[in-house]
Amino acid sequence: MAERNEWVSHIESFVDTSRTSSQQASSLNAIASLLKNDVITIEALVREMEMYLTTTDNIIRARGIILLAELLALLTTKALDDATVHSLIAFFTERLADWKALRGALVGCLALLRRKANAGVITRSDARDLCFELLECLLERYPDAVVPLGDDLVYGICEAVDGEKDPQCLMLTFHIIEILAKLFPDPCGPVANFAGDLFDILGCYFPIHFTHAKGEDVDIKRDSLSMALMQAFSSTPLFEPFAVPLLLEKLSSSLPLAKVDSLKYLSHCSLKYGPDRMAKHAGAIWSSLKDVICTSIQEPSLPLAPESLDGPSFHINEIVAEALALLQRVNAQNDGLYLNYIFGDEDINMVISTINNFRSSIVISLQSKQTLFSVGCILSVSAKCSNPSCNKVIERYLPILMDNLGLSTENSSAGSSPASRLALCKSLNFGALFLCIELLIACRDLAVGSNSVSSQETWFSMLWGFSSSMTKAFSSALLASITEDAQDADIVLMVKGLQVLATFPGGFLLISKSIYEEILMALLAIITNGFNRKTLWGIALKALVSIASYTDEYHETEKATIYTHVVVEKLVSLMSLEECNMPVQLRLEATVGIGLSGTNYMLRVIQGLEEAIFSLLAEVHGNLKSADALVHLLECYSNQVIPWVNAIGGLDEIPLRFSVNYWSYMESINFSMAVQERKLLNAATMAMKLAIAICSVESQKIIIQKAYGVLSAISYFHLNEPTSLTIPLEVQGFQPTQSMENVTCKDEWLISSFASVIIAARPTTNILHLRAAVNLFMIAFLNGHVQAAQALGSLINKMHLGRDINDCSLDEVMDLVFNSSLWGSLSEEYLRSGEVGNSSEMDISKLCLDSMNDRLVRTHVISGLSWIGKGLLMRGHEKVKNVIMILLRCLLSNGKPGTSSLQQSLSQDSEQDLLLKRSVADAFHTLLSDSDVCLNRKFHATVKPLYKQRFFNTIIPILLSLLNNSYSSTTRLMIYRAFGHVVSDTPLVAVMSEAKKLLPMLLEGLSMLSEDFHSKDIIYNLLLVLSGILTDKTGQEAALENVHTTINCLTRLISYPHMMLVRETAIQCIAAMSELKHARIYPMRLQISQALSKALDDPKRDVRREAVRCRQAWASIASRSLYS
Amino acid sequence: MVSGLINPNSVVYEKKERRIRSAPADADEYAVELIDQQEIFDILFLNIYSFFINLEQLVLIHHIRDIKDPEHPYSLEELKVITEDVIEVDDKQSYVCVTFTPTVEHCNMATIIGLCLRVKIMRSLPSRYKVDIKVAPGTHATEAVVNKQLNDKERVAAALENPNPLDMVDECLAPSYN
Repeated sequence: MAERNEWVSHIESFVDTSRTSSQQASSLNAIASLLKNDVITIEALVREMEMYLTTTDNIIRARGIILLAELLALLTTKALDDATVHSLIAFFTERLADWKALRGALVGCLALLRRKANAGVITRSDARDLCFELLECLLERYPDAVVPLGDDLVYGICEAVDGEKDPQCLMLTFHIIEILAKLFPDPCGPVANFAGDLFDILGCYFPIHFTHAKGEDVDIKRDSLSMALMQAFSSTPLFEPFAVPLLLEKLSSSLPLAKVDSLKYLSHCSLKYGPDRMAKHAGAIWSSLKDVICTSIQEPSLPLAPESLDGPSFHINEIVAEALALLQRVNAQNDGLYLNYIFGDEDINMVISTINNFRSSIVISLQSKQTLFSVGCILSVSAKCSNPSCNKVIERYLPILMDNLGLSTENSSAGSSPASRLALCKSLNFGALFLCIELLIACRDLAVGSNSVSSQETWFSMLWGFSSSMTKAFSSALLASITEDAQDADIVLMVKGLQVLATFPGGFLLISKSIYEEILMALLAIITNGFNRKTLWGIALKALVSIASYTDEYHETEKATIYTHVVVEKLVSLMSLEECNMPVQLRLEATVGIGLSGTNYMLRVIQGLEEAIFSLLAEVHGNLKSADALVHLLECYSNQVIPWVNAIGGLDEIPLRFSVNYWSYMESINFSMAVQERKLLNAATMAMKLAIAICSVESQKIIIQKAYGVLSAISYFHLNEPTSLTIPLEVQGFQPTQSMENVTCKDEWLISSFASVIIAARPTTNILHLRAAVNLFMIAFLNGHVQAAQALGSLINKMHLGRDINDCSLDEVMDLVFNSSLWGSLSEEYLRSGEVGNSSEMDISKLCLDSMNDRLVRTHVISGLSWIGKGLLMRGHEKVKNVIMILLRCLLSNGKPGTSSLQQSLSQDSEQDLLLKRSVADAFHTLLSDSDVCLNRKFHATVKPLYKQRFFNTIIPILLSLLNNSYSSTTRLMIYRAFGHVVSDTPLVAVMSEAKKLLPMLLEGLSMLSEDFHSKDIIYNLLLVLSGILTDKTGQEAALENVHTTINCLTRLISYPHMMLVRETAIQCIAAMSELKHARIYPMRLQISQALSKALDDPKRDVRREAVRCRQAWASIASRSLYS
Repeated sequence: MVSGLINPNSVVYEKKERRIRSAPADADEYAVELIDQQEIFDILFLNIYSFFINLEQLVLIHHIRDIKDPEHPYSLEELKVITEDVIEVDDKQSYVCVTFTPTVEHCNMATIIGLCLRVKIMRSLPSRYKVDIKVAPGTHATEAVVNKQLNDKERVAAALENPNPLDMVDECLAPSYN
């Protein structure tokens, strides 16, 4: 360390400006000798000097950089590796921009350039790179010094730049020329003298065409290179005589890239060269532009999607887009000139004068359509340009078009005569309509761009004159098209026209309130009456939505008021209407679609939706049709409204209002009628669940309070129950066998709704009367009420550990659940036998095993138990072990000797027993799979990371040992079923790490389960896991060890009769196996070929196709062995 | 030795728009889907590029060594050697017949193309099928000879025992992984 201090002190003395220069020189030499003798490395030095090299103190930084530079100068023969050299290059070139420390940077660069050949030199391109960078820096920082060099400098740069090919250097050279041109703007100066030569050098790079392989030069993109060249092109107007002809020539090239680039460059150059210089090229530019637009424009293949409403009516590719941008720019520069060209153009005049030939969009040829579209583009771009040019374009063309469409300027009187209107409805000329709409859009864009609409302009007053008759013509034609056949292209245009009129900026300047209303009414009429015409309906809705979002975006309050009044109110009123021809889905789509375009509209829509829901709910009794509609409304509320409210934020009162109203409704409604609509109940509870989930804690408290008030209506619910749970008489009385019948309809709704509240509650929400709630849920759950079990699971999952906000702690609740005497009440035999055990799981497992009890109840208990277990598992609570033990005990109940139920004879191992065991096995699916209805992030569940993996690692060894110890075939089957659920619900990565151990079991499971008709989904899921293993590297090793069993198992599954997907996946697995180690699989090919030849005759096409592919894959193994 | 392309300026036809088989909405697990024309076509053109590129490279390698560029731009489908319409199939009777059109009358690859088609079908259809491969009438100079050769069980079997033609067929049918 002493050494280190020594050389650090040398650095300090060099950097310190107060030392004498001899002191500094000796320090420098000392460090250099240390470096030469490898006592320290450059890296170490640089790391040590970091502060000196980067400090903001200019003097110290300059000294630090000089130190490094001079050291390098002394080390020209010292070997350095490439990486070091490169990082030094990067450092010094970057420092060139730091003019206060420039000397050091320059010295450093020179030192690098002078390095000896064998000691790690900079490569040639690096060297040029550095030189150019130095040059660039000189030009930029010391213009005073270089300007006097004049001609010599320019000539020298020409020499240096000529023939450069490296992209990095080219970037620099282009920039150097740009700076150079700015240094000598004088039209008689050196650049002017050499302009031709300079441009010759530059011009040959255009258009930039990159042929480098992908790996190289990743840091330089073609685009940036092209941009740099463009800057160089446009750097001085002196290039104009050379650049414009070149660009125009390249514009006519067939290479699309050249076209796009030429257009971009032209547009940029014309800005820089100025209108005077460009004027003489105007004719040439115009004719090239026209050619490019006419040849490159294409009709879209699908012109009729509602999306086409906002975009242009034709497909604009990059070339056309650039061409139009250029036209707009040159037009803006010199509008009179280009307008004259346009007005004088024969082709355009031809189209206008023969517009009658474009009568219908179907009969005209593709070519004339292209011409029409390009004329539309050109006119619209010229009109968009400025007010004066818009005036000219509109003055010249609008009257002709209007005349052709048969529209008059009578704005004030009530439109044209009935006769002519009738004629209009029949058909409008497509060509004229198209051009007219294009001009209309151009005018709107102009008005939007210029912020204020001046009604003084000619174009405006002309449009104003026609606006009324246009509206009338379009809307009557559209309404007619509901019943009659009309061209879809015409419909799109007319709807577009109405939309543009309705969204014209400046309030009611262009169209009066009544016309605005008329437009809205017309579109609305299509929505309400034209739902059979899909295209028309979609486009009309799209137009209404964009009108709505326009009013919202531009704060057109007056228009918004009218819109709400005309459109939103009408649609909202439609929602609750039972007798309406329009399908309820479409009604909802239209209403919510419009609502989503503005907050105020949405608030009104939500209110309307709620009203509709509750009014329908009140009269739904047994009415299937309205029940169906109600389900749609509720789903809409869940899927559209709630996400919107959640995204907007701060609208807590909406879900709160919905939930409170829901409970009020629960209270008031008379459930005498049996509303057995499970779908409806599910939809209703889902909507409420989602609504509550996004409520704040306070709102949730209010809802819970409200719910308790209503719940007291349930006969066996006692709010102020003492801590010990006693079984209410009513419950004791009823037979669990008749579970559902005994629970009245109202009770079921109430319990489900209350369960939803608890499921969606936030963890911090205080739940009052927790014991009473748990008690209620326990009763319901033992009666087979799944939602109650889910609520219990959620409750346990979200509760805090200690006794804090709730009136009892998690442990107490667990006690309530597991030690409840309710279990006992159902297990009469258990009570009679007098076995009083305290172990909680014994109670339940006893119940589950008890043969005297109805199996149905036990199935309920099992499925409920799995939800409780899931809640525990997700939060990582240890009590989950109890649940698992119960499940496993049930699974083994009569397979394992020694249990009390052994006396059950095998003949009694009946269907129902099987059913029970299956439900036990399926409980593992509930435990591990992700649920939509509860215990997920949406409903604020506590989720411990990697809980599935943890569970997987614990349960698999247990299942394995159980398998080894059980001999009953049904038990084994069910264990495999449980195993199948566990393996397929765990993330594949976790399974993969155990692949070796699992594979034999998995294969055995597949063969066992393939005997059982009910297990086809599990087989499919297991096969997917297997295919995952077979395509993974570690998995393949495991597969190699079990090649025979795997192939045997898969070949059997090829003929699995019950599920096509199983056969298909089995074949895919076999195909994947053909990639395994050749020597091991080669002996299997005969067996496989036989199995596959059967699959070739499979009844399903997809299976046969896979079989052909698989056979091919295996056949190529055989040929591989022959030929390689 | 032929020194140029046998058919340098072949007529190129546009590929027919493929009809997309609509997936049955309510899939009945046990319903039987019969083998039809389109399926055979798909079998023959399953990895359409691999099959034809292989075949064409073979043509180039074996017959036109002078051509350096291995990328023959057209596939046999575009050359209309086979179209979907010329496949006749009856699943109930277990019969399939494929008629193909050699690109020129004297195409000496006709036999090998036909053999490839036969082997491909034999390997991809259930063994109960009887397969007929024919040259379209009036499209080949030695039509009868080729037809007889292709449908003679003995001769096909013999050809497939001979490593030379078998190699060629296998090369054609081997999947290419690009």
